Amino acid sequence: MKEQVPETMVNALNRALHNAMTDNQDIILLGEDIAAKGGVFGVSKGLLARFGADRVIDTPLAEGMLAGISVGLASQGIIPVVEFQFSGFMLAAMEQIACHAARLRSRTRGRLSCPVVFRAPYGGGSHGAEFHSESPEALFAHLPGLRVVIPSSPAKAYGLLLSSIADPDPVVFLEPKRVYRTVCEPLPQPNTHYPLDRCFILRSGGDATLVSWGASIQETLAADVTLRQQGIHCDVIDVASIKPLDMATITQSVRKTGRCLIIHEAVRTGGVGAEIAAQISALAFPYLKTPPIRRAGFDIALPYYRLEPYFMTQPEHIVQSVIQLMNDDVRTAPISGQSYPSAYPGKCK
Amino acid sequence: MDHADLFTETASFTIKHRSCLNPDGELLTKRDVQPDIQRWIDIYKGMLLTRMFEHKAVNLQRTGRLGIFATAFAQEAITVTLGHTMAKEDLLCPYYRDTGALLQRGVAMEELLLFWGGDERGSLFQSGHGDFPIATMVASQCLHAAGVAKAFQLRRHRGAVIASCGDGATSRGDFYEALNLAGVWRLPLVFVINNNQWAISVPLPQQTAARTLAQKALAAEVSCEQVDGNDCMAIHYAIREALDKARNNGGPTVIEALTYRAGEHSTADAPEYYRNEEQQRAARQALALDPVRRLSRYLRSQQKWNDLLENEWLMTCRATIEKAVTDYLHNPADKPESIFHYNYACWPEVLCAQMAELNDDERTSA
Repeated sequence: MKEQVPETMVNALNRALHNAMTDNQDIILLGEDIAAKGGVFGVSKGLLARFGADRVIDTPLAEGMLAGISVGLASQGIIPVVEFQFSGFMLAAMEQIACHAARLRSRTRGRLSCPVVFRAPYGGGSHGAEFHSESPEALFAHLPGLRVVIPSSPAKAYGLLLSSIADPDPVVFLEPKRVYRTVCEPLPQPNTHYPLDRCFILRSGGDATLVSWGASIQETLAADVTLRQQGIHCDVIDVASIKPLDMATITQSVRKTGRCLIIHEAVRTGGVGAEIAAQISALAFPYLKTPPIRRAGFDIALPYYRLEPYFMTQPEHIVQSVIQLMNDDVRTAPISGQSYPSAYPGKCK
Repeated sequence: MDHADLFTETASFTIKHRSCLNPDGELLTKRDVQPDIQRWIDIYKGMLLTRMFEHKAVNLQRTGRLGIFATAFAQEAITVTLGHTMAKEDLLCPYYRDTGALLQRGVAMEELLLFWGGDERGSLFQSGHGDFPIATMVASQCLHAAGVAKAFQLRRHRGAVIASCGDGATSRGDFYEALNLAGVWRLPLVFVINNNQWAISVPLPQQTAARTLAQKALAAEVSCEQVDGNDCMAIHYAIREALDKARNNGGPTVIEALTYRAGEHSTADAPEYYRNEEQQRAARQALALDPVRRLSRYLRSQQKWNDLLENEWLMTCRATIEKAVTDYLHNPADKPESIFHYNYACWPEVLCAQMAELNDDERTSA
């Protein structure tokens, strides 16, 4: 038995691409700086040498083009795995992703399909420049025809990327770059595919359900350690598949615990946490001891990195929220008519 | 001159403008067009069929039996010749003024009626050659075509791709990005622009300051030319040469076909509200350049066409169209649950639940 060496997420992704491309000649990689440079984060390092310039292709710098040609390539049986350097730059590709990649199957009634993986690093906490730190998963989760997948660890990055590449429909695969190199773990056996529509239960406990994904899993697990020391035991669920959501697993846990906290880095309003909370309210209402609540980003433009720490959820925030839940002390904000402090006092009216 | 400014002549350009037939159907070219005589007859018949079919489609729309329709009235030469000139192994990424091309490519009339009649089954193209569905999102098809062309290149497939679009599309990023990429990768790709001078209500001078749309190719090191868009021979030779070049690794071409939209953009448009007197006069005058009449005159002058043949063909067209319309009108909408069937290859559980919801709603309202 080979010794299991812990790997980073970057290496796990590289390994998955390597294995998938070895097994299937139809897979190609497209992106900016992915070939000679091996990607700005090194995810595709060595793949040009291994698979050649016909399969690892540096493109001109145009994200809409990347998504648009993927639709054409995929229609002819080629499977493009596209790297966007940062998820913030995917917005330029939104029309091609939303109107064409996601709809090619439905608008041709299955005659043409679009098996493409759109990969992008996302999220804050890595001192990025402007537009390098957002979490756009909800934008994509709102689009029919897409799957949205977010791995939280190297093993999941490996197994979920393989499944995403094998899936016959377009997948938006968002990679939490904050944990690209900070979390290491052994990878599963080669060619292990993880299911694309199942949550992972990382910790078990009967007191509350903590639901999160991506890099926030790290803070959630840290909070769980503190909570356990205080005698509070939680289910910790890594959603992983943002779309479709595995509500069966989440609901089962909430029916058991009666309490649910959803933690995500993306801004709160219209976030995926809202969808989970709405579904929990419908599916587990009689079991709830207190309303499901969210620890999510403020509804503000992500600050540049000097003030970014104030935006990010820390383990102690999660601990605090769980203690509120345990005390049935979920404070409700005033509905309206109350004055909130304004950044520009006196200029509101 | 200040500083150390240096001027190097990098490029200077002329734009080729090709025409073979004048508006009276007289040959302008010294090229021997006789070997292609059957082609001109076929294209002429294709234009008549397209004109009659589109006329019928507008009538269906006016009587509430079709959602919307966009004709290529008096611009049929471009789309019909394009479809005729392509080979089976080529692929077309069409837009909404390409009824003529799609009919040439073997797509059934009934399917085209289904598409405009609000039914996705209209894009099945069961008897076609794997062409892309009709692009509604302007210029998006240029990138799809570039992707298909790249696939052809990677697979060493001996075919070329045509991206068909209008003049308005050349203002969009997708057009420029596809053009740039086609130049860098020397894609087997031909852009055919129907420059009918109008993007709904916006005339060309408000669309671009460029004196030709063809010249947009030059910055991408892509070859280009203008053709008389009402001259089937010029269009055919231009596209044939561009396709041959593309298939033989000679790279992409932009063909700007100049015509005029005498009528409306679509059935949801009324140009008299935005065209001034002069522009309305120009639209009427444009009819004198009609591609159908032009080719008819040429064929008749060569004793290759006459009233008898014309009447026979019109009767054939009428019968074909009537049958397609009858089939379309008698084709009921697909089952309600089919709206779920094609969103994913493997259905997420949530869609199964939502389909059950739809069925419950139906039972409740029944």
